[in-house]
Amino acid sequence: MIELSLKKALTGAEGKIALDISCQIQSGELVGLYGPSGAGKSSVLRMIAGLMRPNEGVLTVGIETWIDTENKVFLKPEKRNIGMIFQEHSIFPNMTVYENLVFALDKGQDKSFVDELLDSIGMEKMAGQSPMKLSGGQKQRVALARAMVRKPKILLLDEPLSSLDMEMRRNLQEYIVKFHREYGLTTLLVSHDASEISRMAQRVLVLENGQFSFDGSPELFFKA
Amino acid sequence: MNFEPFILTLKLATLTTCLLFMVGIPLAYWLAYSKYRIKYVVEALVSMPLVLPPTVLGFYLLLAFSPENQLGKFLDQYFDLRLVFTFHGLVLASVIYSLPFMVQPLRSGFSGIPNAWLDAAKTMGKSSWATLFRILLPNMKNALITAGVLTFAHTIGEFGVVLMVGGNIPKETRVISVAIYNEVEGMNYTMANQYSLLLIAFSFTVLLVTYLINHRKNHMLSYD
Repeated sequence: MIELSLKKALTGAEGKIALDISCQIQSGELVGLYGPSGAGKSSVLRMIAGLMRPNEGVLTVGIETWIDTENKVFLKPEKRNIGMIFQEHSIFPNMTVYENLVFALDKGQDKSFVDELLDSIGMEKMAGQSPMKLSGGQKQRVALARAMVRKPKILLLDEPLSSLDMEMRRNLQEYIVKFHREYGLTTLLVSHDASEISRMAQRVLVLENGQFSFDGSPELFFKA
Repeated sequence: MNFEPFILTLKLATLTTCLLFMVGIPLAYWLAYSKYRIKYVVEALVSMPLVLPPTVLGFYLLLAFSPENQLGKFLDQYFDLRLVFTFHGLVLASVIYSLPFMVQPLRSGFSGIPNAWLDAAKTMGKSSWATLFRILLPNMKNALITAGVLTFAHTIGEFGVVLMVGGNIPKETRVISVAIYNEVEGMNYTMANQYSLLLIAFSFTVLLVTYLINHRKNHMLSYD
């Protein structure tokens, strides 16, 4: 279970936002994080990933404490076992598709899992290719597989689908849900696409004015 | 023709470039990623040789290195190192004088790497070292080449600093620019002409080859 209570003063395009959020996420949930752009959705993910420090707050994952500002606890992102995919492409162009996945392996981890992952995203034939030759959707598929290499328990998705066309979007959505189920992940998906969240998530957290204004089933929220 | 000044110049430029890679990469990395405000002071200092007349820098280096001064005395007594009118002194002066030509291209190289790549590496548990050597440097080859060539070429073209710190000692500090000056002073225009033509031909070739390599790289790296 993820339990968080975090505060962060953000300066965005639309002025200042005092982010003040708290919630619990059960293991195995696929939660959508919805809200207007600039509301701080990405910042929530970045704090969970350890890429951003909150001003104050606590974040616990299972029995581990990742953030506890009062006791000066801040686990570096390198030490948090998470997988993350970003909005921009983050596949390293100096490595092949296969090498990108191998790079993510922990020391001593078995390479065979890389082949298994490439198989499951249907890209085993493109393993030796340079990522430059891939389409946007394929790149994000590789990013998804790469995020899974260390067998994380938490998958953080920071609008990875927003720059893709409809067909590729559907395709990647299916892969995400598949991985989520197969590996028993707890997944957080940032999106500003209501239909995407309705289709994928069992629960939606709506971020408005720095706080979660809704927490419940997507059907309930988007119907209203 | 006496090739000694030319060979000495190549030796100086090669050594300066190697040393500056060792100094420049960490410095440029720090300038690109540090959040401390003091970096702007450091950046201004690094760029000083771009605007100062070489004689100003040479003059102060001469004073600092002089055995009558604290620094010069200290180096002489404890390390048996004399920096005035010696090759070692020339190398150190060149390193300081060519610093911006190394640091600025590298800094832009670092800044050109998308943040998502760094974040992705962190969420894969990679250290800053691994990220530097596997992601950053391999993806900024153009910046590395430009920095190396500019530093090398700039060191070859040095005159003011070299003359002030090194003087005009054959085989020790008489680099090609000083040799040309020397020949002109002695009304020996034929020699001055030969040295100058050699320098022009060499510099042109180095720059041409660099641009060709860089162009080919860009071509290969471009999407589609």
